[in-house]
Amino acid sequence: MELKSILATDCGSTTTKAILIEKIDGEYRLKYRGEAPTTVEAPFEDVTKGVLNAVMEIEELAGRKLLDGDNIISPQKDDSGVDIYISTSSAGGGLQMMVAGVVKSMTGESAERAALGAGSIVMDVIASNDGRLPHEKIKRIRQLRPDMILLSGGIDGGTVSHVVELAEILSAANPKPRLGQNYKLPVIYAGNKKAHEQIRNTLGELTDLDIVENIRPVLERENLGPSRDKVHDLFMEHVMAQAPGYKKLMSWTDAPIMPTPGAVGFLIEMIAKEENISVVGVDIGGATTDIFSVFSEKFNRTVSANLGMSYSVCNVLAEAGLDNVLRWVPLDIDRKELTNRIGNKMIRPTTVPQSLEELIIEQAIAREALRLSFKQHKEFAVELKGVQTERTISDAFEQSGSGKSLVNMMDLDLLVGSGGVLSHAPRRSQSARMLVDAFQPEGITQLAVDSIFMMPQLGVLANIDKKELSEEARKAALEVFHKDCLIRLGTCIAPVGKSKPSALILSAELVFADASTQSIELHEGELLKIDAPFEPIKAVLTPAKKMDIGAGKGMPIQTEVYGGITGLLFDGRGRPLDVPIEKGKRLSLLEKWSEAVDEYPNKQLDK
Amino acid sequence: MAHAYTPGLKVLHQSDVTKNRRLPIKGEVLKNIDDIVTPDVIVATTDLPGNVQMVKVSNLLNIGPGDINEAMIVAIGDHVKKDQVIAEMAGLFGLFKSDVKSPIDATIESISDVTGQVVLREKPIPVEVDAYMSGVVKEIIPEEGVIIHATAAFIQGIFGIGGESRGEIVVVTDSRSDEITSNLILEEHAGKIIVGGSFISLEAYRKAISLKVAGVVVGGFNYFDLEPILGYTLGVAITGSEELGTSLVVTEGYGKIHMSDRTFSLLKEHENHFASINGATQIRAGVIRPEIVIPLSKDQLTQIEDTKVQEVGIGMGSLVRIIRAPYFGKIGKVKSLPSELNKMESETMVRVAEVDVNGEILLVPRSNLEMLETN
Repeated sequence: MELKSILATDCGSTTTKAILIEKIDGEYRLKYRGEAPTTVEAPFEDVTKGVLNAVMEIEELAGRKLLDGDNIISPQKDDSGVDIYISTSSAGGGLQMMVAGVVKSMTGESAERAALGAGSIVMDVIASNDGRLPHEKIKRIRQLRPDMILLSGGIDGGTVSHVVELAEILSAANPKPRLGQNYKLPVIYAGNKKAHEQIRNTLGELTDLDIVENIRPVLERENLGPSRDKVHDLFMEHVMAQAPGYKKLMSWTDAPIMPTPGAVGFLIEMIAKEENISVVGVDIGGATTDIFSVFSEKFNRTVSANLGMSYSVCNVLAEAGLDNVLRWVPLDIDRKELTNRIGNKMIRPTTVPQSLEELIIEQAIAREALRLSFKQHKEFAVELKGVQTERTISDAFEQSGSGKSLVNMMDLDLLVGSGGVLSHAPRRSQSARMLVDAFQPEGITQLAVDSIFMMPQLGVLANIDKKELSEEARKAALEVFHKDCLIRLGTCIAPVGKSKPSALILSAELVFADASTQSIELHEGELLKIDAPFEPIKAVLTPAKKMDIGAGKGMPIQTEVYGGITGLLFDGRGRPLDVPIEKGKRLSLLEKWSEAVDEYPNKQLDK
Repeated sequence: MAHAYTPGLKVLHQSDVTKNRRLPIKGEVLKNIDDIVTPDVIVATTDLPGNVQMVKVSNLLNIGPGDINEAMIVAIGDHVKKDQVIAEMAGLFGLFKSDVKSPIDATIESISDVTGQVVLREKPIPVEVDAYMSGVVKEIIPEEGVIIHATAAFIQGIFGIGGESRGEIVVVTDSRSDEITSNLILEEHAGKIIVGGSFISLEAYRKAISLKVAGVVVGGFNYFDLEPILGYTLGVAITGSEELGTSLVVTEGYGKIHMSDRTFSLLKEHENHFASINGATQIRAGVIRPEIVIPLSKDQLTQIEDTKVQEVGIGMGSLVRIIRAPYFGKIGKVKSLPSELNKMESETMVRVAEVDVNGEILLVPRSNLEMLETN
């Protein structure tokens, strides 16, 4: 079915964002966007009011009618209404889950992966071997009030007693759902199928129990799909149905409402598959930082629940330490005063940096929040643990074992950033610097930011199930993603290896689209920016003897790279990137790097 | 007239204050509509299910889980005493009997022949909810609690710790700019709420705790002083459950900041009056700010209309506080709200307000303003 227009909203915890996509001259493009405060909480307590306000803003901008009173006009007739309306939601704290598995690093981790992949925040992982005594687990479960629980454990046909024991612990704790006292807590069982009956006997009466296929039917394989789908269904049926106004909103949409991170993850997974690339996507918000990755065709998502730029900014400070934040600040600042300033941002989270100094501090904190979140992600995105692998004699020299991280920075093709501090940085070079400093990409990596954070809306659009809509909706999502959603910053070219200070580490010969050429010499410790638009640039990259740019030590690469708003960033600062501790040296280096990419207005920095 | 939506903190001479006093789970409500209550009166009560202990009976008796029912000598629902035998198994030829004793006084909740476990539950934990402030019961929430109403002076702070407390107000500093120093905190302040100006140091706050002062209301406190008080670094502003004995309500923010004139004057006006305070903060989903509630007696009531300012947002002439550097803490009046975006020193393009601070006109991002609601 042809779609002339698509309206999509994302109901965030503070803002509801609406976008209008239209098909013009055979291609889908973002036409307008509008936003309004989310209205889930008192005094409004009806999410649809915020949606209508955001849509009204689009109506005004587009100069055409989309609403008929309190209803969205659908399908489009002449110049009124839209063909489909869809939405995602993370309002009211998003989806909060507790998961349980027998062995923490095996079924526990698989359950956590399924819950995170579905877009939830995992409040705790209870496992038979988590080191807590049964009464401690029970106490913890009683304290938490999750939206739902995912219980797994055991391979099909294996021992049942461990997973039934977990069910008995759940039953003894008798957990209550977060929203409302008048319904039973949804529990999904995705464990050993031999235990179905005992699980029903233990939890059937007390909870709203759903049984799906085992998440780990055999040790060697994860089966996350059925659990993820069930989480989405229950999110709609239970959690969303309890939140004010959602029943009405659900009746408006042409596809089920998805949790915001679930939709973003779906989109990233799809892009990686369609283009056969490795992708890392990050969304840094006020309270949490979500990281999505696809390496070796395996999707992973983590949410660092307390690493964010406002509500949990002090937690970034606590976890990273003041010294790690200050290492990115090219200014001499009183340490105690700085902690009070950061504290004030936490208690007044909606403020924006007015002075340059405030902006620099905020971007330094962002680097650390991103670095810590990515560290957690790398530790979680690993190969399945507990799997026996056949070894050859050559493996004896490289004992990686099971549970090796899937994240290989040299393989990374595209790094996409979103969230206020990245998407709305006054200069795009600031976004590029934050991404490079925090993620430290190796070899050749394209950098981009989500212009207005529309990945959630595009994700739900790409995920429409209805047969008559799905193909066209997917096409629309992809077209808008490439043309309007991503702002291409450029490409980071970072050789990796050992070298002497200031030694030549990479030579590059570039041929631009207009046939002009440029030769680059990159020395250790240097950061260079070459202006180049988002066009293919033919490049021959020759690393020094002990350096690697992707093909092995000293091996040259002939390839095509893309510029962007920032251009090409040649990063010779090494991996891992060490910033000197000594103040004088650190400040001079930071200033040099900053100048190299035209990061801040220098005159003011000198002040 | 241009308007901007901006968060605001209340400093009200007179306001209708309602408090929802609910049990965490269903229970019994002890008061009726129109009952007059004082802060310590219990309005609802319930029993939380007791703590649970699990005993691996089959392991302890060295039997299969399926044999557990043969070994049990107590049944589901039975009350057992600590050290009472709950299961036993005869050994070889009836000799070497082994048994399992209850580790606690409890009720047998379940016996599992799959895992061989017995679940023992301790006696219920009583939970009571008090009225928190003086007032009248306006509404009953069946089986859950009550809604209490009072006409009161009402002040919101920006950050607090220590949860609910109550006591008589004593203003200990001469002005809103003075610090509460240790020597100003005296033994006679035990059970009272002390009010000061711009700052309280860690040392002074510790003295207040040691002298059992009920609460401290002050303009500023150091963020880094929270760690020694709480025992951990406060990463996310969710507070209120700390058991400190002395609640702290910070009215302006972290650092040394003069208490706003209106807040200080209002508290001064109510010196020696009884107040309820809540040192609780939650800055996500369902914002909770710390507060000071001073219920008014009939002769204190005036004809002031409750403020409606929050619904309209800030407009020309609104009284605002600047809440971010470089003008942090300054209070002024909105002169204009230009509609076009303005470039700040940071190069951020934002909507701004022109704020008149003692005759000096400052250009400030609207989101860096906090409205002061007053009457």
